[in-house]
Amino acid sequence: MIEVKDDWCKGCNICIDRCPVDALEESDNLNRRGVRPPKLKEENECNYCRLCELICPDLAITVIPEEDDKKPVKKTLLTPVGGKLK
Amino acid sequence: MVEIKTADELNKKFLREGMWPTIFCNGCGHGVVLEYTFWALEELGLDMDKVIFASGIGCSSRLPGYINADGLHTTHGRAIAFATGIKAANPDFHVIIFTGDGDCAGIGGNHFIHAARRNIDMTVIMINNFIYGMTGGQLAPTAPLGSIATTAPYGNIEHPFDISNLACALGANYVARWGVSHPYQPIKSIKEGLEKRGFSLLEFLAPCPTAYGRRNKLGDIKKHWAWYDDNTILIEDYEKIMKYGTEEEKAQVKDKIQLGVFQDIQKPGFFESYEKLVDRLREKETKAKEGKK
Ligand SMILES: Cc1ncc(C[n+]2csc(CCOP(=O)(O)OP(=O)(O)O)c2C)c(N)n1
Ligand code: SF4
Ligand code: SF4
Ligand code: SF4
Ligand SMILES: [Mg+2]
Repeated sequence: MIEVKDDWCKGCNICIDRCPVDALEESDNLNRRGVRPPKLKEENECNYCRLCELICPDLAITVIPEEDDKKPVKKTLLTPVGGKLK
Repeated sequence: MVEIKTADELNKKFLREGMWPTIFCNGCGHGVVLEYTFWALEELGLDMDKVIFASGIGCSSRLPGYINADGLHTTHGRAIAFATGIKAANPDFHVIIFTGDGDCAGIGGNHFIHAARRNIDMTVIMINNFIYGMTGGQLAPTAPLGSIATTAPYGNIEHPFDISNLACALGANYVARWGVSHPYQPIKSIKEGLEKRGFSLLEFLAPCPTAYGRRNKLGDIKKHWAWYDDNTILIEDYEKIMKYGTEEEKAQVKDKIQLGVFQDIQKPGFFESYEKLVDRLREKETKAKEGKK
């Protein structure tokens, strides 16, 4: 489960952009800043890697793993990749 | 002690209630550095009554205001001097300084140099966004060549300060540079810096979309953040490529900014040596007194 403190989110969309399994999208509700905080997609592969939680500049996200729902962890974006030649 | 597992619990423990959300712009990297610091403090299990923060002036220097701990928000560039005072008054405190590139490498440069040289026990977290963010985008001494700033409208022609390199040359005990978009190494590194006696510097390259990114046409927030991935390289990879890579590979990485731990040594810190000095003099004095009897 992903909890978002709607009023803390400033709408940078870094979480959506950086999620390694593309599990997040903008929600339908506007917060009081006029931005749409993220939510998990209806169908998603979220593996609770916690990247979105750790890099949200406004500390708006909390990831709460669902214990019985184990998914393969994909760690692609968790280490600096700048050195790897593409 | 209750073990903290989620960001929500972490925030409840470390954030100063009522101050959040921050004044920072959308997409600013400063908040991320704060969160990494929280995790490092939590993982070390430091007693927050024994941790004091100090900062100067700038967007980055506002960070201690968001932390539920004692802190000094001082004058521009002088945080390190105040922090030295705290440490001198009570060496039991952990002193952490949040500072910006302008605050630390610009106006506060001399304080920084001498604190590093003297190996004063403190952890300096310098957030380098290549610009004076708070005052609207004047050129910082760390800005890459060609950067556009209000005071460099035609592009920066001054060579940038490599503050991590400087700290290494000054013999600081711990020196590391990281970006904000990959969490684990920086959190581990902050922990190492905090545990280290003597001077430690953690330099963070952080996006400032408002004053730097926009002016330097680095695109929207997403592209601006990606710039740091494309233009940085882990020091280990850099060294390997420079040693064994092809000419083409070398050309690709030679201008990238290196990330990683640059120095990790253990020279005695200032206060350690000072304590020893005091002990030695005391002993000498008692001996002299005993001699007179
Ligand atoms: C003695 C003094 N000179 C100038 C200023 C104006 N001033 C405030 S913040 C700042 C620059 C801060 O830059 P930096 O440390 O990089 O922080 P950032 O906002 O980029 O995080 C300046 C020049 C001041 N407050 N005091
Ligand atoms: S990273 Fe944080 S502030 Fe940015 S869109 Fe996601 S929840 Fe909002
Ligand atoms: S926890 Fe990981 S996988 Fe799940 S939404 Fe966040 S970044 Fe994506
Ligand atoms: S001006 Fe730059 S450094 Fe200051 S809050 Fe905005 S993005 Fe962050
Ligand atoms: Mg700055």
